[in-house]
Amino acid sequence: MLDKVIKQKLVVIGNGMAGIRTVEALLERAPDLYDITVFGSEPYGNYNRILLSPVLAGEKTVDDIMLNTVDWYEDNNITLRKGETIAMIDRRTCEVVTEAGDRIPYDRLLIATGSNPIMLPLPGKDLPGVIGFRDIHDVDRMIKASTDYRNAVVIGGGLLGLEAANGLMKRGMNVTVVHLLDTLMERQLDPVAGGLLRKSLEERGMVFKMPAQTQAILGEDRVTGVRFGDGTELAADLVVMAVGIRPNFELARKAGLHCERGIVVSDTMQTYDGRIYAVGECVQHRRQTYGLVAPLFDQAKVCANHLAMKGFATYDGSVTSTKLKVTGIDLFSAGDFAPGPDKEEIVLQDANRGVYKRIILKDKKIVGAVLYGDTIDGPWYFQHLRDGTDVSHMRERLVFGAGNLGDGGVNGQSSVAAMSDETEICGCNGVCKGAIVKAISDKKLFTLDDVRAHTKASSSCGSCTGLVEQVLAFTLGGDYSAAPKVKPLCKCTDHSHDDVRRVIVEQQLKSIPAVMRFMEWKTLNGCHSCRPALNYYLLATWPGEYRDDQQSRFINERVHANIQKDGTYSVVPRMWGGVTTPGELRAIADVAEKFNIPTVKVTGGQRIDLLGVKKEDLPAVWADLNDAGMVSGHAYAKGLRTVKTCVGSEWCRFGTQDSTGLGIKLEKFMWGSWTPAKVKLAVSGCPRNCAEATCKDVGVVCVDSGFEIHFAGAAGLHIKGTEFLTKVETEDEALEVIVALTQLYREEGWYLERMYKWCDRVSLEQIRKRVVDDLKNRKALFERFAYSQQFSQSDPWADRASRGVDRNEFAPLAELELA
Amino acid sequence: MTQWIEIGALDEIPRLGSRVVRTPGGNIAVFRTESDEVFALDDRCPHKGGPLSQGIVHNKRVTCPLHNFVIELASGHAVAPDEGCTHTYPAKVENGTVWLALRQAAAVS
Ligand SMILES: Cc1cc2nc3c(=O)[nH]c(=O)nc-3n(C[C@H](O)[C@H](O)[C@H](O)COP(=O)(O)OP(=O)(O)OC[C@H]3O[C@@H](n4cnc5c(N)ncnc54)[C@H](O)[C@@H]3O)c2cc1C
Ligand code: SF4
Ligand code: SF4
Ligand code: FES
Repeated sequence: MLDKVIKQKLVVIGNGMAGIRTVEALLERAPDLYDITVFGSEPYGNYNRILLSPVLAGEKTVDDIMLNTVDWYEDNNITLRKGETIAMIDRRTCEVVTEAGDRIPYDRLLIATGSNPIMLPLPGKDLPGVIGFRDIHDVDRMIKASTDYRNAVVIGGGLLGLEAANGLMKRGMNVTVVHLLDTLMERQLDPVAGGLLRKSLEERGMVFKMPAQTQAILGEDRVTGVRFGDGTELAADLVVMAVGIRPNFELARKAGLHCERGIVVSDTMQTYDGRIYAVGECVQHRRQTYGLVAPLFDQAKVCANHLAMKGFATYDGSVTSTKLKVTGIDLFSAGDFAPGPDKEEIVLQDANRGVYKRIILKDKKIVGAVLYGDTIDGPWYFQHLRDGTDVSHMRERLVFGAGNLGDGGVNGQSSVAAMSDETEICGCNGVCKGAIVKAISDKKLFTLDDVRAHTKASSSCGSCTGLVEQVLAFTLGGDYSAAPKVKPLCKCTDHSHDDVRRVIVEQQLKSIPAVMRFMEWKTLNGCHSCRPALNYYLLATWPGEYRDDQQSRFINERVHANIQKDGTYSVVPRMWGGVTTPGELRAIADVAEKFNIPTVKVTGGQRIDLLGVKKEDLPAVWADLNDAGMVSGHAYAKGLRTVKTCVGSEWCRFGTQDSTGLGIKLEKFMWGSWTPAKVKLAVSGCPRNCAEATCKDVGVVCVDSGFEIHFAGAAGLHIKGTEFLTKVETEDEALEVIVALTQLYREEGWYLERMYKWCDRVSLEQIRKRVVDDLKNRKALFERFAYSQQFSQSDPWADRASRGVDRNEFAPLAELELA
Repeated sequence: MTQWIEIGALDEIPRLGSRVVRTPGGNIAVFRTESDEVFALDDRCPHKGGPLSQGIVHNKRVTCPLHNFVIELASGHAVAPDEGCTHTYPAKVENGTVWLALRQAAAVS
């Protein structure tokens, strides 16, 4: 017979952030100790409440913010009773009682009921359209209101109120924030920072009424307005009350547990009844209650340790810091910043940059900090604040932040470098710098997502994303002793892009397996990151000699079309310089009808996109387009994409040169070339710049006396205006410079590194020297480009449509019919 | 009943590549590794249904072309930290011919 150990029963009331974090920590420490049952009033798994603000603002979806899905509970043998509320705790029989009357026994009980929004006791507070901001249900109601109504009033100018107001504004509502005092977020900000914040929110369209006291909420069947103490009224279809939270301890109080402003707990998170624990916003510990997740997670750890019967960790309270989650506004506050006779202040105000910093000292120590506009040093100050560091020796330069205290690095990285390993980077999840650095070097992490997956840093509210990125940059790129010296190409090797390119040439390596063998790749066939990179490097180094490895090409380049989310493809025929003819348009129309192509769309690069083509139809579609004289537009390529032009001197009354003609010339010369990342060109006929040349990889702006050549712009994930490279007098010179520039980029750029990033890395001066000043080198670069073009200017569509290349790619291997 | 079905010659699938087999229940992707092993999986990524057959194959894994989930060909499991699983089918090579086993009987058309 199996001797089955009867497990103790742990019941958790409250399926929220603190309760479930405790359960997670408990499972890590003692996975089999308890039979766990979780009750939650809300009908979901556990989600990240912090991120309700971005959900409201439309930057995230509810699915994005789920922390523990229903499957998670199942996988961990936890009984989740979602949508069920506990109505009573019977301490005599050790049972909890649900609203429906079910009684569930417990050996240990954890109360994590969070808090409720305070609803001011105003006349009209129960009218439909008056809501708090606490859970998914509230957010749903706000989103609904934003589609049905126009005017919203948010009562309360604190963190929550401003995030609610920002979200509603993003959803198109007119929002007025009503605040009792004359400073926003007065608990976190001083009047100057509060004023700066108000100004930038006003610039975004938020309206403030403050100081103002709300006297009544008006309306019959639904809220219609708000009346203030001074007798004025404001129309409103939605009123959000965000004046504060009240710990939710009714249940505990009724059960006879000692409560004051929250459920009173000891340093081991136990209530006066040793079998009952409590964590989260519902508790009061050493006279403090908390309304931020970082302290709650500290509590969760201690509580889990105790429940697991491991160690004697105690909770000693937390010092908190705050950030506002309104995209584009940087604000940080920590500690105590009320002025006082025994306190000193250091203030830096730079109105031009919109930066304000105030550090408050007492007894040579930092006791408070308010930062606005530049918050990079927030964690650094916060660390010293918590450590009680004597800062008198750095007092003079303190306000300039960590970066200015000695190590003279660039940008934010130096301040990250100056942080101690114990400095907390991610406040929500309590991840310190040391832990991130260690994960990066031990596990060879390279991306923000890697770090998120492995350390949880920056995976909750996201405010620390910038810092985590800097830790990454500093750990990978700097001279941190335990970290790899240079960024390896990918996880399959320790060698960098530059190493690989150099060795390919030195050792005359001419195939992917040869490179992998010689450079001792750590994986058998590399991965989706390094194989396309190696394929490109070999192709660029040995034109005419290296045979392109189709299986190392991303699918788009393998099938010469762009894969779409449903597995169909899009087809973009080339239109030289963005110019087409009635014949071509007719052929496109015919193809679209013949193959039932669902969407025909004009692209940003002045081309026509046929979307939703089935893979097996591709060769036939191409054959028809080929017949009408069209070739592949390479809209899928890490290569020359499009040359956008304006009509220039041929038509435009302002045109100074034949911009269309030059664009076509460039495109005819350069099409088919492979590059490290996509390359987009544009030619504008005058400085009015209708072809938007100054945000392209290479842009030409024509002027009376010649052609200005610009490059290294971007208008995608990042927006960056171009750098001016040089001005030339003739079209031929323009062509030569642009081709030479592109060739240099082909030879030096890292795979997937856009031209602007390459320029950042090697510097504009370096590039100008070799492409503009050194004429001999320019010619040589041009020649090398021209040489390799002989091998790449064969239309890949015609190759596949009528010359039988890659026939297998487009047909199924077999078709089965189930009998 | 499991029944082995002949689906074509090994040479018709590129090394480190894949071809699809059409079935009424959706496409099955048949992969060929560098050492000529074959694996068959539903042609649907556990993430958002991307066609795995169009991915880059490396060792015994494939990277989904849509958002770079990496899937183990043998088990169909996503490689951590990603999660999810795709259904696999028995597949084998005998004398240069690829065979696939489906649970129901099927006929090649
Ligand atoms: C919009 C918003 C933005 C925020 N932004 C930040 C931020 O940027 N940074 C930060 O640190 N904090 C932020 N917070 C605060 C943070 O979300 C809370 O501190 C945290 O969620 C509290 O965790 P908890 O487990 O104590 O309570 P909760 O997460 O509220 O969990 C309590 C759960 O218990 C359930 N419950 C209550 N009573 C019962 C019962 N009798 N039976 C069954 N279930 C019950 C409730 O329905 C709830 O689901 C924000 C909060 C909101 C609302
Ligand atoms: S950029 Fe100048 S030349 Fe070209 S269309 Fe605009 S105004 Fe005319
Ligand atoms: S912006 Fe580009 S990547 Fe994003 S959804 Fe549109 S087409 Fe796709
Ligand atoms: S569908 Fe495969 S990774 Fe998203």
